[in-house]
Parts: sequence; C-alpha cells; structure tokens
Amino acid sequence: MRIELQKRPEGSRLFSFLSPLLALALTLFFGGIMFWMLGKNPVDALYSFFIEPLLEVWSLHELAIKAAPLILIAVGLSVCYRSNNWNIGAEGQFTIGAITGSILPVLYPEWHSPMILPLMLIMGMVGGALYAGIPALLKTRFNTNEILTSLMLVYIAQLYLDWLARGPWRDPQGYNFPQSRSFVPEAVLPEILDSGRAHLAIVFAVVAAVALWFMMRFMLKGFEVTVLGQSERAGRFAGFSARRMVWFSMLVSGALAGLAGISEVSGSIGHVQPTISPGYGFTAIIVAFLGRLNPLGIVASGFVLALTYLGGEAAQLSIGISDKVSRVFQGLLLFFVLSCDTLIHYRVRIVTQKLTGGTARHA
Amino acid sequence: MLEAILLTVITAATPLVIAALGELVTERSGVLNLGVEGMMIMGAVSAFAATQITGSPYIGVLAGIAAGGAFSLLFGFLTLTLVANQVATGLALTILGLGLSGQLGESFVGQPGIKLQPIVVPLLSDIPFMGRLLFQQDLIFYLSIALVVGINWFLFKSRTGLKMRAIGDNHASAHALGINVIRTRYLAVMFGGACAGLAGAQLSLVYTPQWVENMTAGRGWIALALVVFASWRPLRLLAGGYLFGAVSIGQLHAQAFGIGIPSQVLSALPYVATIVVLIIISHNRRTTLINTPASLGKPFVPER
Amino acid sequence: MKKMIIALAATAALLGGFASGVQAQDKTKVCFIYVGSKTDGGWSQAHDIGRQALQEHFGDKIETPILENVPEGPDAERAIERMARSGCGMVFTTSFGFMDATVKVAEKFPDIKFEHATGFKSAENLATYNARFYEGRYIQGQIAAKMSKKGVAGYIASFPIPEVVMGINAFILGAQSVNPDFELKVVWANTWFDPGKEADAAKALIDQGVDILTQHTDTTAPMQVAAERGILAFGQASDMIAAGPNTQLTAIVDTWAAYYIKRVQAHLDGNWKSEQIWDGLKDGILTMAPYTNMPDDVKAMAEETEAKIKSGELHPFTGPVKKQDGTEWLAEGQKADDGTLLGMNFYVEGVDDTLPQ
Repeated sequence: MRIELQKRPEGSRLFSFLSPLLALALTLFFGGIMFWMLGKNPVDALYSFFIEPLLEVWSLHELAIKAAPLILIAVGLSVCYRSNNWNIGAEGQFTIGAITGSILPVLYPEWHSPMILPLMLIMGMVGGALYAGIPALLKTRFNTNEILTSLMLVYIAQLYLDWLARGPWRDPQGYNFPQSRSFVPEAVLPEILDSGRAHLAIVFAVVAAVALWFMMRFMLKGFEVTVLGQSERAGRFAGFSARRMVWFSMLVSGALAGLAGISEVSGSIGHVQPTISPGYGFTAIIVAFLGRLNPLGIVASGFVLALTYLGGEAAQLSIGISDKVSRVFQGLLLFFVLSCDTLIHYRVRIVTQKLTGGTARHA
Repeated sequence: MLEAILLTVITAATPLVIAALGELVTERSGVLNLGVEGMMIMGAVSAFAATQITGSPYIGVLAGIAAGGAFSLLFGFLTLTLVANQVATGLALTILGLGLSGQLGESFVGQPGIKLQPIVVPLLSDIPFMGRLLFQQDLIFYLSIALVVGINWFLFKSRTGLKMRAIGDNHASAHALGINVIRTRYLAVMFGGACAGLAGAQLSLVYTPQWVENMTAGRGWIALALVVFASWRPLRLLAGGYLFGAVSIGQLHAQAFGIGIPSQVLSALPYVATIVVLIIISHNRRTTLINTPASLGKPFVPER
Repeated sequence: MKKMIIALAATAALLGGFASGVQAQDKTKVCFIYVGSKTDGGWSQAHDIGRQALQEHFGDKIETPILENVPEGPDAERAIERMARSGCGMVFTTSFGFMDATVKVAEKFPDIKFEHATGFKSAENLATYNARFYEGRYIQGQIAAKMSKKGVAGYIASFPIPEVVMGINAFILGAQSVNPDFELKVVWANTWFDPGKEADAAKALIDQGVDILTQHTDTTAPMQVAAERGILAFGQASDMIAAGPNTQLTAIVDTWAAYYIKRVQAHLDGNWKSEQIWDGLKDGILTMAPYTNMPDDVKAMAEETEAKIKSGELHPFTGPVKKQDGTEWLAEGQKADDGTLLGMNFYVEGVDDTLPQ
C-alpha cells in the first residue's frame, strides 16, 4: 500500500477551506488521545487549550500582544519566500530593530517629547532593514547563501544585545542588574483600548498585512515578486531584476521585523534586557507557511499559533499539563496543518502495491 | 597542554561533524531538513534512556541512531509523500522534538550517566602525540571519521552517489532517467536523521554523560550552518567542524588566560568567522554553483 | 474517514462545552512560576523541590499550581496575570527577570500577595526574597585553599551580574584567609545551562592548571569533568554528589522549602507582611552539602566557619579588603553593606580576570 499524489490543475477551493478544519479535527482527536494517555480528561485539556483563552477580555488582549510580532515578521517573510529569498534570520533583525529603536529612550532619558515614539519606530525599522541588508549585500555581491548568513547574524545580534544590556546600557540605578532604565511614558507604545494592555503593535501588524496583500494582489511589484520567485529566467525576460528583488524583499522583511522588535520592547517590555524574544523570528517562519505565504492567511495563522501558546499556559494551570506536553501538542497541530494543505493542490489516493507494481516499474 | 586542548576540540567538534554530515547527504539529495536540532535531541534522550535501562552505552548508541532515523521519517512522510513545505516542516520537527524529548526524559534528569569508553587501538595508540589524539578515542569518533571518508567516496566515486547527486541537481531529469527519486530521498532523509541521532548520542554518552532538557543547546543549528560552510563537501565539512570547535574552545582558553576582551565578542567569533570564510569561498561563483544542489528544498511529485 | 468522523464528534462534544472546571474554593492556591523547566536539574528544580515540600507540609490545605519555562518578557507578565486571575492567593515569581512583570501585576491585584526572588523592587503586596549564597562561597574558598596543591582554583561563571561577582569575591576572600597568595581563574560561559559548554569551560580551566573547580552554572557537567580528570570540585544549586562521589567537596544547596513554608504559614495566619528578605545559612535558605573527600582538619575548619557565619561572628566581607585595582574598599573591621553587595560590579584583589563591564 502506498500513497500517491495527483496534481490538481488548479488549487481546490473546497479544500483550501476544508483543510484547516480537517487539520484541527485531527489535532483534537490525536491530542485528545495523548491527554487521555497521560491520565488527563481530554475534553478539559482541549477546552483549556482552545476555548479558555478566548473567554476573557484580558486574555484576548494578551492574544493580540503575542500574535502581533509573529504576524509582523511573517508577512515580511512571505515576500521573501515568495520571491525565493530564504531569509531565516528575522530573529536577528528583530533584535537589532529593538536595539536601534531603543537608542533614544535609553541614552536620552531626559528627553520628553511626542516626537520620540515615531522616531523610535522609524529607527527600529531602519535598523532591522539595514541588518537584513547585510545578507542581501553578501548575496548580490558575493553570491553568498543567505540562509546561512542570515542565521549566523542572529547569534551575533543576540550577543550584541546581551553585551549592551549587561554593559553600556545598564540602568545606573539598577544595582548593576542586566537591564536598561525603564522607558519614559512618551516612549511607550500606547494601548489601543482601556480594557487590556494590547498596544499599537497589533494595528501595525494588520496594516502591514493588508498593505502587502494589496501589493501582492494588485500591484506590479507583487507580480514581480511572484514571477521572480517561480523562475529567475522568466523574470529576466519580463525585465525584472533578481538582484533588486533580493534587496527589496530583504529590506521589507527586515524593516517589518525591526518594527516588531521595537514595538515589543516599547509596548510590552518597557526596557531593554539581555533577551527580548522567545524565538519570534523562527516561529514566524512557521506562521508564514501556515498562512500559505498569503498576508491575510498569516494574520489568521498568527492568531492560531498565539492561541496555542496561551492555551498551553491555561492547560498547565488548570489541569497541570506540563509545558513539554503543550509543545508536543503544538508540534502535532503544525504537522497536521502542513500535511492537510497537501489536499489543496493534490488529489491523494491510496493504492495497493499489487495494482501499481507494474506501472511503477515502467515509470 | 596542546594535546589536552586538541582532545577537547575533538570532543566538541565530533557531534557537529556527524550531524552536519547527515544533513549534507540529505541536502545533496535535494531535501532541506531544518529539524536537525529536534532529531539530535531525540537521539540524545533515547541514547541516554536506553543506556540507563540496559546498562550498555553501545545499545544506547544504537537507540540514538534508531530514534533519529525514525523521527526523520515523520519529516520524510510530510515533505516527500505529502509534499509539505520543507522549511516549515523542519522547524515544526524541532519544536516537536524539544517537547517530546523533555517529556520522555523527565525521569532521567539528574541520573549520572554511563560514559562510552574509549577503544584503544593497539600499536597505533603508542605513536607520540597523534596516538593519544586519534587512536584512544571512543567508537563515535572513529565512526565520524569513517563516515566522512565513506560518504566522500560514496558521493563522488560510487554510482549510487552519482545518482543521488543527480536527483539533488535536477529531480525531474533524474526521474526521467528512471531513478526512483522519492525512495532515494527517503533514504537520504533517514540517513540524515540517523546521523543527527548519533550526534545526539555523542552528547549524552561522551561529551557530557547525562540527560538534561535542551542539552543540544543550538548545536543542530550550527550543524546546518556547517553544511553550507563546507559547500556540501564532506572533507571541507570535517575541516569546518574542527575549525568551529577550535574557535569555541579557544575563546574559553583565552579567557582562562586572562585576556580582557568582552566574552560576548569572543562568543560571536565562530559566527563571524563562518560568514567571512563563506564570503571567501562563495566569492568564486562557479565553484559554489557546481556544489550547490540545485533542487534543494523544492518539492517533487512524480508525473504519471 | 472514520477517524475524521470520530474527531469531528469529539469537536462537537468540545464545542458543547462539557468542561468540568471544578475548583475547590476552600483551598488556598499558592502559585509558582519558573523560568526553566521544573526538572532542569538546577535553579528552577530547586524551587520546585521547595514547592513540593511546601505542598507536603500543608497537605490538603493548599494547592500549588505551577507555570514552567516562562520566558522573561511580555510572556512573564501574561503568565503572572493568568495566575492572579485564576484565584492564586500567593504568587512566587522565581527569577530575577520577572521583576518588572511582577511589579506591574502586583499593582493590578492589590489583594494578592506576590513574592519575587532575587529582585530589588517591592510594594505593599510584593515582597522580595533571596539567599546569601556568598556565605557558602566563602566556606568553599577556604576549603579550596586547603585542598589545592597548586594554589589556584578555576571558577566557571555564567553572566557578570552582581550575584555572580559577589560569589567570586567571597570565594577568593575565603581562600585568601587561608592562603594569601591563592589565585583564581575565571571563565565566563555566558550561559546558565549548556552542559557541553560548561564541560568545555571546565576542561579549559583544568588544562590551564587549576586543580579545584567551582561553578556558578546549573548542570553537573563540570563535576563530571572534574571527576574524570581526577581533581576536586564544588557543586552548585543542588547536592551533586551523585555526579562525583569521589570529587565533590561540598555543594551550596538551595533549600527554599523552609522559607516557603514560613511565608505561606504567615499568609494563612493573616500576618503576611511585605519584606525584603535576604536570608543566609542560619535561616536554612541555603545549606552546605556534607563535607566529603577531605581530611578531618579541613572538615573541622569548614564546620567551624559555617558555625561562625551562622552565629553572626563572621561576615565574609569584612575589611581590610582591597579592590582589584589596589584601592581600599573596606577598612579594617568594616563590614560591607547589603546595598553595595547587591550591586557589586568590581573584583577584590587576587582575581586573575578582567571583569566584563
């Protein structure tokens, strides 16, 4: 017995709608079995994973806070991946964006001005973009593989932040503990509603997603991204420059990752500390693919992934499921979503060896 | 003292070399598996658990290999049979591996492990200096060298290796020539998983004979970097692995010696070095292109 | 297909909302949040052992839910708030990096008692607690000076924060009280938790000629290396004797249990107060693992020093002490104040290292 795929002439509408539901059903089923085997009530466990975090207003705010950086980074990455540029160093661009954006509030703490916040955001974006520019430069100039350089730059960025937070940027009144002084109120990203602490980052994320969706769908640039991504040769015939596309996609994704970084520091943390990201830059890669590299899909997948983090916590507290089990459950969900998406582009049939043995040999 | 330092470098470099070599084979067949860290940690926990239960680290080594190989099948099924995206699946594999290994290993935390003992090669181990470095090592070190040499021969001298490289370069035409693309890729992915598992076993049986969560601490990612650093060539990979090990051990010695450079700068050195070397070797456009598997990461579905 | 139907049925049941969120109202909830895993074999596990003892002590009277592996940042604030909202009467936040998050949540929930480990910000309903680990380091320094043949020890440090710098200084002061020429080599591993790197650091130090190792990182890897190379070493955070039966001289063991029981009792009795607690050996918040692998006279000296510290007769940071650059820090007989210790960012004389700034 084996599984055979047959390519559909075009993506199935039905399955692009059904596949996430199917994946969810499979996850619930197998996750339920896993919880049951661990001696937990599966219904309770699934309830606290998927429903509990959605029942309270404060929790919805937290969901937005968690989803915002994932979405911001992932929509930028979708442009990269669509154009066949493999930036996997968003984590580093996020970190550098946080650093450059924090220069003003950390080094000029006496400066109170409404100007400070917009400047911080711009500096964060510029920092992230410039940092993404390094692999872009190396790729266009020396033909260096961007997967590797962007990944290496992650570690360097993290160590640089570590050095700053423990060294020159340390709060002079902070007993030499490794964090900067707290940002002045003018440098803190405002909350959007009174009912919780969700701040402007989620607005940035949604705006960025809609803007990039518009670009990909209706603008020549979007077409250029798609064509160059599918075939560099075809793109050249159309008069597009692959080299310029490297720059464009890397700078866009770098800037968005940088914006996510400074938004996180300014809105959620309020000071600079040695580590600011629990791996957002890497998780966002998964978010980008779960959203099928479509900016609007990414908004949805960002919220789903954020929900699994919050749900994992809720399950730990209410029924004592360990953090590791939540990670396993998250992994299960990712696997099912990724495999069910196959149904969109392919017909799957299960064939027995007997029937296909002959044809396979001739193939 | 030099001898002692080199011994430390060998221990530090061996898991990187093995895991990277496995990934090199996987990538040569045209598949990019970013889940090395996840497979490695599964290998580490399985090797440790099997050793504790049976009392034999050799069974542990086998368990590590088996666990890595089995875990990679999950990746293979998704990316090869179901044509899911390789980058995302690899990352998901890492998430799953880190969680699962933590869960499986919970009861083994804090137990003192059993170390895989060195095998002394008669006569050769008496050679001054080199003897102690190269011929009084454990099984996994010998395996790492044998694997590098063997894979180098396999890729560039054997018929099957040639076929595999053909698949990596252009799966459509390899398929047209009658090569079974999917089967070969499954084998390559499993080899990568088995190597990652073996590397994990080295961590929990030789490097530090114990089990703690997250004990791979990013070594799977470094292995991925090494593959590209070596431009997909096993012998360069060996050199790169040892260079990487040497830099990271060297910075610790520099500190113990009392050189007053911020430790973050020293810690960043290996990564900077990788980028610099990478620029130097990829500056020559032609050599990089020759070695890069052209269909790396691209999905393949056989036409019927 | 069958599986799918079952799964869909499960979904339906779920959406029906048959969740049994039963909670006993009469139990007091005492919640703990860890930066690492509860089985990390180090810092977080030490707190979890304390929590288990606490649970055992009060039995049915309390519940002790936990959240583990919580990153220090916005996640921490959410996690702590979730605890506050889930009915916890007391919340222990057990990592320095949770400080600002704890402060923010404590402000929002004035009726809940918060306790933050190792920080310096407090409030009406937010206490801080810490242990004077340096007392144990001083004893270790003395033992090292007695036991080392070469007169030089190696110190595997994690990050240059005051807590770690304080430990290094206490160690060298203890050693110098026995052998004024004692030397200390320091390697910064830049991690709390990476067995491989800790082992590498241990090997590097041994290769540079130290014959006693001590560590301020969490895993037993350095102890294993020391055992393999046949030198002596000190354990950290927990009793690591299993990793080096013939190697470990003693270990500083984090024993939070006594403290947790004391504070929860106060909460139950209704006389909990916000305090800044910095307990030491005498309070049992840290204990020394049995003194092993040393001659009786060294053991007697260690026990005597421990007794003196407990009685308050000896303060490890008592002058005359010079800073590394030779300037005077503490005059004859002067004792260091807690503020300086908590913010310590300089070495005392005798450390062979440049403190990363």
